[in-house]
Amino acid sequence: MEQKVQKVKNATEPKRPLLKNTFQAFMAGGAICMVAQVFIEIFQELFDLEKELANNISVAIMVFLGALLTGLGVYDKIGQYAGAGTIVPITGFANSMTSSAIESKSEGLVQGVIVNMFKLAGSVIVTGVVSAFVVGSLMYFYGALFG
Amino acid sequence: MKVGKQSFDYKNVYLHNSAVVVGPTENEGPLSELFDFHYDKLDCKQKSWEQAEMQLYRNAFNICLNKNNLEVKDIDIVIGGDLNNQIIIGNYVMRDYDVPTIGLFDACATSVAGMIVSGNMIDAKNIDNAIVAISSHYGTSEKQYRYPVEYGGQKPESSTFTVTAGTSAFFSKEKSKIKLTKATVGRVIDAKINDPLDLGRAMAPAAFYTIKQHFLDFNTSPNDYDLIITGDLSYYGSKMLIDLFTEDNIDIANVHKDAGMLIYDRDRQEVFSGGSGTGCLPAVLYSLIRKQMLDGELKKVLVVATGALLNPIIMSQKETIPGIAHAVVLERM
Repeated sequence: MEQKVQKVKNATEPKRPLLKNTFQAFMAGGAICMVAQVFIEIFQELFDLEKELANNISVAIMVFLGALLTGLGVYDKIGQYAGAGTIVPITGFANSMTSSAIESKSEGLVQGVIVNMFKLAGSVIVTGVVSAFVVGSLMYFYGALFG
Repeated sequence: MKVGKQSFDYKNVYLHNSAVVVGPTENEGPLSELFDFHYDKLDCKQKSWEQAEMQLYRNAFNICLNKNNLEVKDIDIVIGGDLNNQIIIGNYVMRDYDVPTIGLFDACATSVAGMIVSGNMIDAKNIDNAIVAISSHYGTSEKQYRYPVEYGGQKPESSTFTVTAGTSAFFSKEKSKIKLTKATVGRVIDAKINDPLDLGRAMAPAAFYTIKQHFLDFNTSPNDYDLIITGDLSYYGSKMLIDLFTEDNIDIANVHKDAGMLIYDRDRQEVFSGGSGTGCLPAVLYSLIRKQMLDGELKKVLVVATGALLNPIIMSQKETIPGIAHAVVLERM
């Protein structure tokens, strides 16, 4: 590779608007969490549910909303604006599952939807399980030694 | 006849009528009136993205036959290509036609590769005519190369928007107003870019070396052409191409245009840095450029198709994305 190609390559590299993206992700991610918090408060205050149960129902609702907005073709448009703000919350997990499922529908229920549904979300599950194991082990031994 | 290092010229190869069938986003773009047919939805009334692309391919092929007053038996060979694994679109459509077929894959450079192969066969008198059929589809490309269409990941400004189009063009030894006169076959160039959302810049060096070699082989300069049209470098790739030539003290900015920037209106449409895909260049070439040539506005056009040789498996193995570019010259007779 000629040196000038390297030079022009570096000079033409598009600048990613890091600050703007971070701000938008912060606002959108925060807004999603706020919606979930509203659900938790409603279930705790109005329906008199225990905190843990209220949490779980709210998570289920957020997953449902993420999947619904994906099916309606809206979530990817929000995601283009919000970036990590819509990927990191549980709605992003729902989006990755639903979008994979929709995309694979043409290959049928088994070969398509079932096989491919966790194509993107699988990485989240593996990472989650492994890190839970590591952190759990550390806490156990810490407790055994110093507890 | 071979000319220079990587080029050759043609004596008797002509471009006749062509057909372009597009999807919704292309039809909302500035060239909408020049296309033969369009679909208002990306699924083209089919059950899968793949079937939709086959529909575009089939429509364009049939319209091309009609516009040239041909039947299938009149065609000596079909040279086809698309972006799907095993070039399934072209090969599956051609199941229904009784005609010899060659499938090509050079990523988004396939359109010009097809013109070169058919041109060589016609000029060598192996065949009298050929149809070059090319397609790409936003859905099949996203599915195979990137993420599901509805996935909410953020795309950077450097990403391109795959053109949904089926195109067919008839080439023959019989005279017409547009002649295929020259060709330059490109080398695989790896600029060590590994971002599949920055393909324009991955291909720009390949385009640069092919165009430069073309000038060298035929002893020409940018001023000898009314237009140098590249396939799908889009905004950032075009900028890089122009900058590469500036390093050599050659100014191509005045004669260069990119099909990926012509097919969409970037200010009005959400297409990031512009169009890409195998169908991008032929969709513009066989509509706008061919019309401008027939109208006499353009006499000599250097057509450079650019391909990013992207493969998700090898990319996961920490490889980079090489590019390839092939060039042909079309002249108004």
